[in-house]
Amino acid sequence: MDIGDSVIDVSGLRRRYGPAGDKGFEAVRDVSFTVGRGELFALLGTNGAGKTSTVELLEGLAKPTAGKVRVLGHDPFTERRVVRPRIGVMLQEGGFPSDLTVTETVRMWAGCTTGARPAAEALELVGLTGRRDVRIKQLSGGERRRLDLALALLGRPEVLFLDEPTTGLDPEARHTTWELVRRLRAEGTTVLLTTHYLEEAEALADRLAIMREGRIVTSGTPESVIGSYPARIRFAMPVGWFVGDLPPLAELGVIRHEEERGHIELQTQELQRTLTGLLLWARDKDVELEGLDARAASLEEAFLAIAGAGGSGEPVGAGLGAGLGAGLGVDSVAGRNA
Amino acid sequence: MAMSMSMSVPRMLSLGRAELTLLGRNKMALYVSLLMPVFMVWAMRRAIGQFDLGKAGMSVNEVALTGAFGYILLFAVYQNLVSAYVTRREELVLKRLRTGETSDAEILTGTALPSVAVALAQCVLLVVAGVSWLDLRAVERPDLMAAGLLLGLAMSIALAAVTTSWAKTVESAQLVTSPLMLISVLGSGLMVPLEVMPDTMADVCKLLPLTPVVQLVRGGWLGGMDAHDAVGAIITGIAWTIIAGYSTRRWFRWEPRR
Repeated sequence: MDIGDSVIDVSGLRRRYGPAGDKGFEAVRDVSFTVGRGELFALLGTNGAGKTSTVELLEGLAKPTAGKVRVLGHDPFTERRVVRPRIGVMLQEGGFPSDLTVTETVRMWAGCTTGARPAAEALELVGLTGRRDVRIKQLSGGERRRLDLALALLGRPEVLFLDEPTTGLDPEARHTTWELVRRLRAEGTTVLLTTHYLEEAEALADRLAIMREGRIVTSGTPESVIGSYPARIRFAMPVGWFVGDLPPLAELGVIRHEEERGHIELQTQELQRTLTGLLLWARDKDVELEGLDARAASLEEAFLAIAGAGGSGEPVGAGLGAGLGAGLGVDSVAGRNA
Repeated sequence: MAMSMSMSVPRMLSLGRAELTLLGRNKMALYVSLLMPVFMVWAMRRAIGQFDLGKAGMSVNEVALTGAFGYILLFAVYQNLVSAYVTRREELVLKRLRTGETSDAEILTGTALPSVAVALAQCVLLVVAGVSWLDLRAVERPDLMAAGLLLGLAMSIALAAVTTSWAKTVESAQLVTSPLMLISVLGSGLMVPLEVMPDTMADVCKLLPLTPVVQLVRGGWLGGMDAHDAVGAIITGIAWTIIAGYSTRRWFRWEPRR
């Protein structure tokens, strides 16, 4: 990417909490990436992967321990005055005075924002018009998130930082938010988004990066990230037949196979070739492959293999065992969102 | 720079306006700001009468009404602001505000504006009431009084910001203010004029944060303060304000401790 084009430019970024040595904790370890103008970039990772710690450095809320951050060509921490009027921020956890109404809150924020939209317009954007005279303390969690988003959009920012913008929203509100984010991007807003929801990243992101233990382990377009993971075919062996009876698996393009009590899972980078071979064999032998299920890799699989497993994070090497461990990891993430 | 300066006032007014709305909706805070100073002055008048004020050269009303400035600063500004800052911090409002264009100093000042307005209104009322109904003389040195009041306001805001570091919850905000409140009431001349104290005690009390403020206001209203004392008081007051301001920069917590 041409540097002149990049709106966010991060290189060698580190953030350390606490004292040096074992007592401290390095939450961000040598992170580098760039985001071009008008691009939507998603940071994925489990809890504690370092997403929020990274985003806070980009927002200029804290000073990096090491490395360089440029937002719109400026240091967001030391040149806060220049950068802030051009960015919009939605924190993972921000608050409003509980005794103000929605409109009063927007008006307060507008008074602190250069070139702010009218309060009514901002509330219309996030669908809170009907709740404008309600006190903050009476809003639901999802309504607070939408109000937070309205404030982030108030100054028509060039760059938008959204830290888990749809956490706590019901499915309908989530889709409304996605539509809004797509529209903003279409209007040229650069968006940096963190999320737990893989379908959110898949639906919105031009490019994404998956973080684990403070590092970016994989990045690229959703397609390229998914593309490096194998497709899976599952079926049950017919009674009386064994794996050895199948045509040579390597010739079908299978790179890995597992068998457990007659249930077979094949992994392949060439789904069509493997599947064709398998189905022709079944027709030849006149047997039925019960529970046949073939699917391309999804972002979820890629994510589980990379972010959840404690292993090496090698794309192709991640087997069933790693998948199971990752599943447990993600369960705990879902529990937090509930 | 000029641009940012001209923008900074509307930002603070906007925060101040929201904070004023919140003050109006908080009965406890209103009670502390508006009634406590009056109640304290009324309650202390009797106690003041028991001291031999001849040495101080002041009447009971003169001590009580000039001391009232101290109560106003303590309740309407200091106590009220500690609660406000801690509440906004625990509600994550301060954290959210820091992501915007408003600077740290603007956030703290803007939040303090309603307290400052309430305190100033009470001070004006106090002078009018004192001169028209309680036979106090007209303000002799308005400049000294204004200097004392300004210093008192700045110092109370900064001390309130520092004090919030010790309060973990909104409830404990009431508690952490008590040391300074007590020391000020007893030692800064709000109740007992320094002139009737033993010399060594008076010398120590002169160094307390609110003492120079009360001395300047008292000297400004009643007269009789020489330049040497006035300069000394102003220096002590500025020193406390700078210490509190520096401590705020260093130790103020913008988000709850988790």
